[in-house]
Amino acid sequence: MSLALPAHRTWKKPPAIKRAWLRWTLIVGAAIYLSLALGTTHVNWSRVWEGLPRGMQFVTAFLPPDFTSRWTEIVEGIAETLWMTVAATVVGIALSVPVGIGAARNIAPLPVYYFCRSVLAVSRSFQEIILAIFFVKLFGFGPFAGFVTLSFATIGFYGKLLAEDIEDMDPSQAEAVRATGAGWLQWLNYGVQPQVMPRMIGLGLYRLDINFRESAVVGIVGGGGIGATLDTAFNRYEFDSAAAIILIIIAIVMAVEYSSGYLRRWVQ
Amino acid sequence: MSGAIVTSKKVWQRHDRKTQLAVWAAWLFGTAVFVYCFQLISERTIWAFVWDAPAQAADLGARMVPPAWSYIHYLWRPIWDTLNIATLGTIISIVIAVPIAYCAARNTTPSVAFVRPVALFIIVASRSINSLIWALMLVTIVGPGVFAGIIAIGLRSIGFVAKLLYEAIEEIDESQVEAVRSTGASAAQTTVYGIVPQVMPAFAGITVFRWDINIRESTVLGLVGAGGIGLELNAAITQLYWTQVSLMLLVIIGTVILSEWVSAKVRHAII
Repeated sequence: MSLALPAHRTWKKPPAIKRAWLRWTLIVGAAIYLSLALGTTHVNWSRVWEGLPRGMQFVTAFLPPDFTSRWTEIVEGIAETLWMTVAATVVGIALSVPVGIGAARNIAPLPVYYFCRSVLAVSRSFQEIILAIFFVKLFGFGPFAGFVTLSFATIGFYGKLLAEDIEDMDPSQAEAVRATGAGWLQWLNYGVQPQVMPRMIGLGLYRLDINFRESAVVGIVGGGGIGATLDTAFNRYEFDSAAAIILIIIAIVMAVEYSSGYLRRWVQ
Repeated sequence: MSGAIVTSKKVWQRHDRKTQLAVWAAWLFGTAVFVYCFQLISERTIWAFVWDAPAQAADLGARMVPPAWSYIHYLWRPIWDTLNIATLGTIISIVIAVPIAYCAARNTTPSVAFVRPVALFIIVASRSINSLIWALMLVTIVGPGVFAGIIAIGLRSIGFVAKLLYEAIEEIDESQVEAVRSTGASAAQTTVYGIVPQVMPAFAGITVFRWDINIRESTVLGLVGAGGIGLELNAAITQLYWTQVSLMLLVIIGTVILSEWVSAKVRHAII
C-alpha cells in the first residue's frame, strides 16, 4: 500500500483570490474597463508632444526660485493663511463637538442622530474648493470666505471621527459615572470626554495640518491667503516667484507635520 | 477620644492646583491666539457683504431649484471622464509609488544614507502640493483636458500611497522574511515570498481608499481646465446657469457617496 504521489509536483503560490470564478470575473472586468477607459480618453498626443519642450522651459523658468521680488506679498499671504488656518480649526472643532455628539448612535436619540449624520454627510461630500466658490460668492473675496470654508469642512471631518470614537468607547465607565447620580452634562464631561480626549487632541492637530494645506488652494478661487498669491504669480507668468511660494508651502507643511507628530506623541 | 474631627470639608477636584493653573493658562493662551487671528481676518473683511450673505444665499437657493434634470444627458460623458481620471491616476500612482515605498522603508531600502532621504523627499513633496496646483501646472505643460487631470491625480497620490505602504512594510514580521531567506532564496525571491504577502492586504486597502479620495478630487480638477465634471461645473457657474449647477452638485454628491460605499465594501471584504 503506497500513496501514489505524482512524480514532479512543484509547489505553487496560492492565488490571492481563492474563488476561481471571482478571480476571472475581476480580471476580465478590469481588462474590459481599462480598454474602454483608454479607448475613450482623448489624449491630444501632438499637443502633449509639443508641450514637452515647453514643459522643460516651464521647469527652467522655475529655477532659480525668486524669493526676493515678491517677498512682501509672500509674507502677507503666508500670514493670512496661518490666521485662516488657526481660526478655522478652532471654530470648526468647536462647532463639530455638538454635531459629533449628536451623531453618535449610542448617546443620541434617533431623530438627532439622523439630522447630525446628514450634516456630516453634506459637509464631507463637497470638496473644499467647491464650498469655497459658493462662500466667496456669499461673503465676498478675502480671508473670511476661506475661513468659513475651512470651518465647514472641519465639521465633517472632525465630527465624523468624534462620533465614531464615542461609539467605540467603553460603556461601563460612562455607566459608572451615571450611577453616582451625575447629570447629563456631568456624565458627558466625566464619563465620555476623558475616554475620547487623547485621540481627539491628536486629530485636532492633524486637522490643523490639513487646513493649512487646503487653505493654500482655497485662495485660487478667491478665498484669500497664499493660494491667491500663488495664483497671481501663475497668471503673471512669474514662475520663479511661484516656485518660491511652492517651496515655502512644502517647508511649512513639513514643519507642521513634524511638530504635530511630535506634539501628538507628547500628548498621548 | 471621639474620632477624627473634620475641620474643613474636602471637595473632590479633578486636578491638583498646579495642573489646574496649567490648564487655565493653556486655555487663556489658546483663546488669545484665536482672538488675535480672528481680528486680523475681520480687518480684511467687508462686513456689509457678510451681513448681506443670508439674503444672497436665499436668492441663490431660489435660483437653483428646480435642478435642470434634462441636462443630465450632457453629463454622462464628463462623469465617465471623472471616473477615468481617478482610476487611471490611481493606477499610475501605484506603479510609481511601489518602488518609492520599497526604497523608503527602513528594512528594505538599498541605502539608508542616500536612497531613503530622496524617497522621503519625493513623498513629502507629492503630498504637500494639492492636486489642483499640480493640475494648474500640468494644464500649462500638456494642455487642457483629461490627460493633465490623470497625471495630476497620479503625481498627487504617489506620496499618500507610498507613505502608507512604506509604513506597512516597516511593520512586517521579520521572522517570516528570515524563514524564507533561510531556505536559500535570493533577494528578489525573499521580497516576493516573504514581504509581498504580508503587505498585500494593507496595499489593497490603501489603493481602494486612495481611489475613493481621487474620485472626490477629480470632480474639481476641471475648475483649472483638467477635464471631468468640474469643467462643466465651472462653465455653468460662470454662465450663471444655476439650475444646471444644482444638478451637477447632486451628481457629484451621488458619485462621491457611491464611491465611498464601494470602497467601504471592498475594504471590509479585504480586511
